[in-house]
Amino acid sequence: MAADPIHQFRIVEFFPVAHIGKTEIAFTNSALFMLAAVVIITAFLIIGTAKKGLVPTRLQSAAELSYEFVATTVRSTAGSEGMKFFPFVFTLFMFVLTLNFIGLVPYTFTVTSHIIVTAALAIMVFLTVLLYGLYRHGFHFFNLFVPKGVPIAILPLIVFIEVLSFVSRPISHSVRLFANMLAGHITLQVFAGFIILMGSAMGAIGWIGGILPFGMIVILMALETLVAFLQAYVFAILTCIYLNDAIHPGH
Amino acid sequence: MAEQQHTTSTEHPAEGGHGGFPPFQSNTYASQLVWLAIAFVLLFVLMSKWALPRVGSVIENRQKRIDGDIAEAGKLKEQSDAAVAAYEKALADARANAQAIANETRDKQAAEAETRRKALEDELNVKLSDAEKTIAATKQAAMSNVRGIAEDATRAIVERLIGKAPSDQAVTTAVADALKR
Repeated sequence: MAADPIHQFRIVEFFPVAHIGKTEIAFTNSALFMLAAVVIITAFLIIGTAKKGLVPTRLQSAAELSYEFVATTVRSTAGSEGMKFFPFVFTLFMFVLTLNFIGLVPYTFTVTSHIIVTAALAIMVFLTVLLYGLYRHGFHFFNLFVPKGVPIAILPLIVFIEVLSFVSRPISHSVRLFANMLAGHITLQVFAGFIILMGSAMGAIGWIGGILPFGMIVILMALETLVAFLQAYVFAILTCIYLNDAIHPGH
Repeated sequence: MAEQQHTTSTEHPAEGGHGGFPPFQSNTYASQLVWLAIAFVLLFVLMSKWALPRVGSVIENRQKRIDGDIAEAGKLKEQSDAAVAAYEKALADARANAQAIANETRDKQAAEAETRRKALEDELNVKLSDAEKTIAATKQAAMSNVRGIAEDATRAIVERLIGKAPSDQAVTTAVADALKR
């Protein structure tokens, strides 16, 4: 077991796939787990609805629950018009959720603990909002930055703040998920490291003392499970809120 | 994860990398982005074209079935409501009918009793007047008898007192006088 808490985040290259210019594209552990998530999510939904039962089995119930959960979230935040983005939000939510949950299993790799992945997802959401908003409302989309009923004197300041908050969205959106996953996994690894450290330094007494950090790991594991779900949900609901701005730009 | 420490092993592309913290090693970014794009697009297509319509149809079918069942239940309830209303109407009709029959019977019996009472009363009245007539006749007879007896007694008393029978004329007059008083 590696005592280094950063070790778990290493990208391990399995084999190179292609070269774009001088840049090597490789199949890595990150890619493996991304594809695993795709397989798991698809299998979950397809096998769950295999019987198409009127009275659902447990798995079917879970599959329907995930569907209804995301559908309700989209409908309540972005309105019924936002339902055209339902497959997009569902894919995002399930992808992030599954990657987060896979990461909780020891010896696995957490794809969402890499800023490049969360940033790519957040920028994708940002561009979707921006492009759809412009396509749907044209120049009126920029009314988003001009709240109604604000005195002319402070309007430039307000618009500046609104634009700044809009542009900084992908940063907060991506860093929130990345930092939560990273910090949680580092904390788990540090406490796990304590057990090894105490065991190897103090022998039998140390192993008994290791019960304390082990208890912490159990508690932290529960917390991390909550965080894994919560961050996926937050990512999805923020996506819905941003999409709502694109659909209804008026404040 | 067999190695004890994080070292730049062969499986880690160290060349061009900045080393240190893995999430900030920019030489891994291209691979991650490419595979993210592949995985996400693949998942999106699988979800939007296959999985979601499938789950959605299952939910929709159930909703349809539930709606159908509710409509059916509503129809059946309407039917039972109608049956209850019909039953209650029949009950009310029967009750009204019974009431009418009872009233009619009561009236008829009252009328019958009345006529019987009247007939009886008339009969009694007739008997009463007959009795009164008999009484009056008897009284008349008795009174005339009284007169005869009184005349006889007067004649006898006077004869005994004076030794001589008075004339019928005088006795009759005297008794009539006495009876008048």
